[in-house]
Amino acid sequence: MLHSSSRPGVVGLALGFLAGLGACAPGGAPIGAAGDAAARVYVAPGQHDEIYAFLSGGYSGNVVVYGLPSGRLLQQIAVFSQYPEKGYGYSEQTKGMLATSYGFVPWDDVHHPQLSMTDGMADGRWLFVNGNNTPRIARIDLTRFETEEIIEVPNTAGGHGSPYITENSEYVVSATRFAIPTPQADVSIREGVFGGMISFIKVDPANGHMQLAFQLHVPGYNYDLSRAGRGVSHGWSFFSTYNTEQARTLLEANASQRDKDYIAAVNWRRAEQCVAEGKAEEWKTPYAHNLVGEDDVARTEMIRTQKVLNAKSCPEVMFYLPTPKSPHGADLDPTGEFIVGGGKLATVIPVHSFSKMLKAIEAKDFDGDVDGFPVIKYEATIAGEVENPGLGPLHTEFDGNGFAYTSVFISSEIVKWSLETFKVVDRIPTYYSIGHLLIPGGDTKKPYGKYMVAMNKITKDRYLPTGPELTQSAQLYDISGNKMKLLLDFPTTGEPHYAQALPASVIKDKQLKAYALAENRDPYVTRTEQDVKVTRQGGKVHVNMTAIRSHFLPDNIEGLQVGDSVFFHVTNLEQDWDVPHGFAMLGAQNAELLIMPGQTRTLVWVPQRAGIFPFYCTDFCSALHQEMQGYVRVSPKGSGVPLAWNGGSGTIK
Amino acid sequence: MDVRKEACGLGLAALMLAMGAWSCGRGSEEEGDAEESHEEQTLSAFELEHGIGPVKEKVELGALDPALADRGKAAFQTKCSMCHKMDTTYVGPPLGEVTVRRTPAFIMNMILNPQEMVERHPVAKQLLAERMTFMPNQQVTPEEARALLEYLRTQAGGAPRQ
Repeated sequence: MLHSSSRPGVVGLALGFLAGLGACAPGGAPIGAAGDAAARVYVAPGQHDEIYAFLSGGYSGNVVVYGLPSGRLLQQIAVFSQYPEKGYGYSEQTKGMLATSYGFVPWDDVHHPQLSMTDGMADGRWLFVNGNNTPRIARIDLTRFETEEIIEVPNTAGGHGSPYITENSEYVVSATRFAIPTPQADVSIREGVFGGMISFIKVDPANGHMQLAFQLHVPGYNYDLSRAGRGVSHGWSFFSTYNTEQARTLLEANASQRDKDYIAAVNWRRAEQCVAEGKAEEWKTPYAHNLVGEDDVARTEMIRTQKVLNAKSCPEVMFYLPTPKSPHGADLDPTGEFIVGGGKLATVIPVHSFSKMLKAIEAKDFDGDVDGFPVIKYEATIAGEVENPGLGPLHTEFDGNGFAYTSVFISSEIVKWSLETFKVVDRIPTYYSIGHLLIPGGDTKKPYGKYMVAMNKITKDRYLPTGPELTQSAQLYDISGNKMKLLLDFPTTGEPHYAQALPASVIKDKQLKAYALAENRDPYVTRTEQDVKVTRQGGKVHVNMTAIRSHFLPDNIEGLQVGDSVFFHVTNLEQDWDVPHGFAMLGAQNAELLIMPGQTRTLVWVPQRAGIFPFYCTDFCSALHQEMQGYVRVSPKGSGVPLAWNGGSGTIK
Repeated sequence: MDVRKEACGLGLAALMLAMGAWSCGRGSEEEGDAEESHEEQTLSAFELEHGIGPVKEKVELGALDPALADRGKAAFQTKCSMCHKMDTTYVGPPLGEVTVRRTPAFIMNMILNPQEMVERHPVAKQLLAERMTFMPNQQVTPEEARALLEYLRTQAGGAPRQ
């Protein structure tokens, strides 16, 4: 019964005690955790965390918000997927957010969150995130924690190298992961010519609105990850590539033939110049732009043209830096001088120098070109190679104290190495098979540091088993000392690919508490109970309804008919924080509505049967919440039952 | 050596240290329960008569201001009428004679600061116990609250309480 070492015992006890499991239970001895881990992550009841962390929700389509260091889940932000809990993508006001050139696409695979930046620091205004499957970029407002805008990226398949924002939020970017014919064409898979596209999407500094500024037509490689330059390298963006073999089948073998692939360095200032000089071609691939208007309704504009540059029309806009081997990350240190390639099949971590790159370009120290894009000699840009990094280095972040931290997938570890000596100084296991890692502000000019989060690909035995599918797993490390220390495991959803984090103080006091009813511009807003009404326009019936603790008005409606489209436009008249109301209708082939204070949301219901049907509030709002309900009478089609309701000018008194 | 025992001691110490560190920051909350039971005694005579909130002095009513009352009527429709009628109980109590029952400052404090009122003021606490629904904070401005008061004066049959 005795532990062989006291250290795990201490932790086991402290954790066990906190979790109410009783003292000194064996069995829970955490592997590898630091002795004071429990105290370091404990946030007392009623206290707030120090940091907001925004983890990609992967194939859930959401962004998931956690508090650090506790690892407590705070919120799910619906982005690319319908999310019934909030009625997102189900209500009439939010359906438009999921429109694409392919029609309504109710799911995507969220990859990389990026906080908006001012002078290379997260400013807490917006969070951008990409959808990989049907390439899109979304903008989330960080006063509401809601998706406000989604732009589709045309001429692209697999929007993976995205959104990787520039130092002053000038652009978010997207790069092709799956080369395809560009423009799209019906060709032989084996013989057809494929291309790639790197897109620069302008962000309006006033309101965050996105606009596709230009695209760069590039060779048909797989473009993987990206980073924008900062400090000395501001004005450039870097994109890792793999499958420069351009294999079209069995990529796991055929895309790993060459010793080196490339990091593509794009001079976007040069691209801007070329566009301004009218060098871009106009292509005509339609794409959707969805934006929440002042009336809080998401509307879609289908845009039909885009500006495309290539090596001929804009020489020296892009250079290839040979990088071993199938690199994943292309990460920049806080100064912007070092470009770190995470060569996932490489035996070293290659570190390129931005200043050496500029000199090599000036001296034309090239090794030929690919489709007109010069390839710079490897020796001309390399600043160092970190040896013995483990198997499968992927992605690197920085602590601002001269150290880099690289996630290493195959050997399941994080290696810490010096930006001065390029030598590994510490390594710590992850459980298991880490993908991305995060240091708060670790991709900014001045990292906040202190903690590091590993987002792991494999969970295995770390939690209570739950059938074949296990929870996704993240781990929190302390990086404040010389040695990294494991503090906490916490579950996540939908395979997080990357995350962003910032001190809570940047945004917590800017949170919207309620929508001002007086400023509600929804076309079907009902501001007072005197204004409630039910109107019929042929087969459409509009119900202008109000909700307040704890009743709806009208809560009796007669004269609806089987096959009608009934629009329940429910306005929440509350003006206080934390008082949403819900609305659910029996038999509706739809989700609930969740209506924030002062907001209007619309649910469409097509009654299928005659009878009496109840609706009710789903979000517990008061002691009389169970009383917050109503009835609708549905009559057969063509029935003579007149339209009637209570409230406002209604005839039911 | 019994490692387990030692571990227990260390763990407990670490835990207590952690909790101690946090409780220091919010010391006053520890006495929250005790304070609450003495809440009414901590209210001033003014607060008992005129309510708790931003209105700290008696509101002197002059001659009825019809224009102000009209603005109050508009505010009442958008922010109050979904729960209050003049002559009958709806969600909240009828307000036709409220200016006879309560002082002007009390009415304004109840409108402007409902949460603290139902937590601390004996009259508001009693109302919550009867109605079982919290009066919502409708983000009414002090100017609107004054206008609402004027409108409520027009609804009363009796002379206003001062």
